[in-house]
Amino acid sequence: MRFFENTKIDFISKRRIAYIVSIILIIVGLVALIAGPKFSIDFTGGVSLELDMSPPTPDHPALRIDQIREALLEQGMTDVEIQTIRGQDEQTFFLFKAQAEGTESAEIIRLMREKFPEYIGSPGFIRLQEEVGPRIGEELKGKAIMAILISLLGIIIYIWWRFEFTFGVAAVAALFHDVLITVGIFYITGREISLAIVAALLTIVGYSLNDTIVVFDRIREDLKIYRKESYGSVINHSINETLSRTIITSMTTFVVVLSLYLLGGSVIRDFAFALMVGVIVGTYSSIFVASPILVEFFGQRQTGRKLIHKKKA
Amino acid sequence: MKKRKFRNLLILAVLLVTIYYLVPLLPVELPGFWTDKRVRLGLDLQGGMQIMLEVDHSELPEAEKDDAVRSAVEIVRNRIDQFGVAEPSIQRVGSNRIMVQLPGLQEFDRARELIGRTALLEFKLVATAEQIEQTREGLDKYLQENAEKYSFLERFILDPDIDQLSLLEDEEELPEEEAVASNIFTRLTSSQGLPMMVSNQDLPIIQRLLESEEFRNQVPSGLMITLERENRLDPRADRELYVLLEKTELTGSMLESADVRIGSGTDMQASNRPYVSLRFSREGARVFEMVTGQNIRRRLAIVLDGIVYTAPVIQDRIRGGEARITGTFSLEETQDLVIVLRAGNLPAPVEVIEERTVGPTLGADSVRSGLAAALLGLLLVMLFIIFYYKVPGLIANVALLVNMAIVMGALTLLGAALTMPGIAGIILTIGMAVDANVLIFERIREELKSGKTVRTAVDAGFNRAIITILDANITTLITAVVLYQFGTGPIRGFAVTLSLGILASMFTALIMVKAMFEAVITNKNRTELSI
Repeated sequence: MRFFENTKIDFISKRRIAYIVSIILIIVGLVALIAGPKFSIDFTGGVSLELDMSPPTPDHPALRIDQIREALLEQGMTDVEIQTIRGQDEQTFFLFKAQAEGTESAEIIRLMREKFPEYIGSPGFIRLQEEVGPRIGEELKGKAIMAILISLLGIIIYIWWRFEFTFGVAAVAALFHDVLITVGIFYITGREISLAIVAALLTIVGYSLNDTIVVFDRIREDLKIYRKESYGSVINHSINETLSRTIITSMTTFVVVLSLYLLGGSVIRDFAFALMVGVIVGTYSSIFVASPILVEFFGQRQTGRKLIHKKKA
Repeated sequence: MKKRKFRNLLILAVLLVTIYYLVPLLPVELPGFWTDKRVRLGLDLQGGMQIMLEVDHSELPEAEKDDAVRSAVEIVRNRIDQFGVAEPSIQRVGSNRIMVQLPGLQEFDRARELIGRTALLEFKLVATAEQIEQTREGLDKYLQENAEKYSFLERFILDPDIDQLSLLEDEEELPEEEAVASNIFTRLTSSQGLPMMVSNQDLPIIQRLLESEEFRNQVPSGLMITLERENRLDPRADRELYVLLEKTELTGSMLESADVRIGSGTDMQASNRPYVSLRFSREGARVFEMVTGQNIRRRLAIVLDGIVYTAPVIQDRIRGGEARITGTFSLEETQDLVIVLRAGNLPAPVEVIEERTVGPTLGADSVRSGLAAALLGLLLVMLFIIFYYKVPGLIANVALLVNMAIVMGALTLLGAALTMPGIAGIILTIGMAVDANVLIFERIREELKSGKTVRTAVDAGFNRAIITILDANITTLITAVVLYQFGTGPIRGFAVTLSLGILASMFTALIMVKAMFEAVITNKNRTELSI
């Protein structure tokens, strides 16, 4: 069976369209960064609490969010965000989140016990309880940014060593592109950036790079073989040669990440979502961003090799 | 040929080690040493608690800072050991932090209370009945005049438009013009007599009042007011509100040891009952003898961080520095009291700065959903690969399964915990591990297309793909290593499984798959390869 055999798609001549698409998406990402994405309590400090408050019997009316909100308001807890989560066995879980200082999870638990005792069955009704001090969050933010910068630096150095500096810069440009777009999409969809999402972003960096390097590797090889061809056509040729591998790997990776998204449960859903976005964007960027940027860079050189063959009129 | 022999031995060795570490996961009886070698589940999967403590040593001279943190680690360790968690982990992080992990723990509240406590242990006398009465009157008066300062006292403020009687719980007669009840404090402490008890319902109100400095200042000078700690067995039980002499008679530093003992002898009351045995230092003994001698029949409260643990009655003048606290304690309560007494001498205050707790049900759900996602992903990828690559696809699938097995085996071997992000890492590996094979197979296809024989095409395909595979995977490894450095707990689990997955996929693709390919070709002398 074959997909994409002997394709001769001219990616390079269409690179300007790709640039426009990418620039728009990057602007969205930058806007998201400036406007401030929604950070989770990992970074802001605060409280996150998930309680199992299923009805005691199946025909008992389920607890509604507004009942809980009312109870919290009565106690002056106005900054608590409440969400419902449906469990695997139809249980009702409530997720409480507060980023303001001073709200304590123990207080919420005590209040729920007091107001809705019939909904609190088992001693294990606390599913998740997290309290993060604001200082820890600030530190973590710094650490996360450092982690991303250090890995990008490590990558430039490695690619510089194995390829050329230009390849490294092109690859990292593509990585920034991927990370920014993912952050932008998180912003648009109202998802929180948590510690796990930063891990996902780093994974996207790794994955997208993997993809980019496979194409670069082929470009490096082809540049040696086709010495007379223009940079544009060699790079185009390399992208086409690796296209079938790019698509297959992206597909298998996407499939597993999708199954993680669908079946992995609430804890991991946003993480899987970030990876899904990353796989798509990362694949796109190695074809439409990293490789064309190489063409632009090579265009600055006076090597006698043509950048792009003019189309025969 | 020698090279090939070595390679086959390597494959065999890796497989055997992997099997050794995977067998304990099967439901079969094994010798004990073997069963123990089972992959460890992280806090987020088996449930448990993680607490980050910070020792505030800013007040201490430079030379004592390190010691203060060390002794805090010891005290925390000591408290946890006595608490009896299966595999606790207490680690010092950075200069002044302590990370405590309590896997499988269920009694979160109790652990939190024990660990996060800044231990300042004091012994204070309980005030006399007259002093308590005086305090009560003062506070009643203060609250009547200042009720509007405390919004939560609303229900004691009478709305003249509504029938007053229906609002008042007690059939208190109030002067017409009076809008605020005159006995708020007395009512909150539920009785006229002693001891003052606070019901669960009024507890939040009392706690908020106690937080207010202005309110606390209303207590007559030389006295202080403080709550009894929560009854663990019955958190809704009434709690005593103590009025204590502000003066600290003895501190935790005068205490040398505290132990749980079980009563013996013929005395029915003491027999088989747990009690706490105390021994004071030489100076402590002297002070203790004086305090007990002067205050027979009065109560001496044991106060840890402003919360009264218990207030035994002084039965007699106690000489020699040996005392016992008896009463109707459960063994658990006695043990906790001993922990409190022992930990009473912390040099620098300790603060909980982060706390993460996962209940066992969420952990179990995560395991279940992680497994389901992994199986579905694996199934889809394997179906696709076999459909797309036929016989070589079968080889790739075998390699994929071996890959998963190696990751799990290596996790066990390294003693690393499997976390939910770790499972995600394994699942991601399923997708990415195939990549090495895809690279190889696509290359072989190209070589075959260019007219090479099967044998040379396979060799050339592997040799060329190796470079790409190494370059692509090493960069991913770089990010995984950074991730490991940056993350804690669950994130580290992800970095570990991702790295292991990448390493394992390089091994399976470059060594195992190659061996299988060669076996297929040399055995059948094939001239054609459907790929």
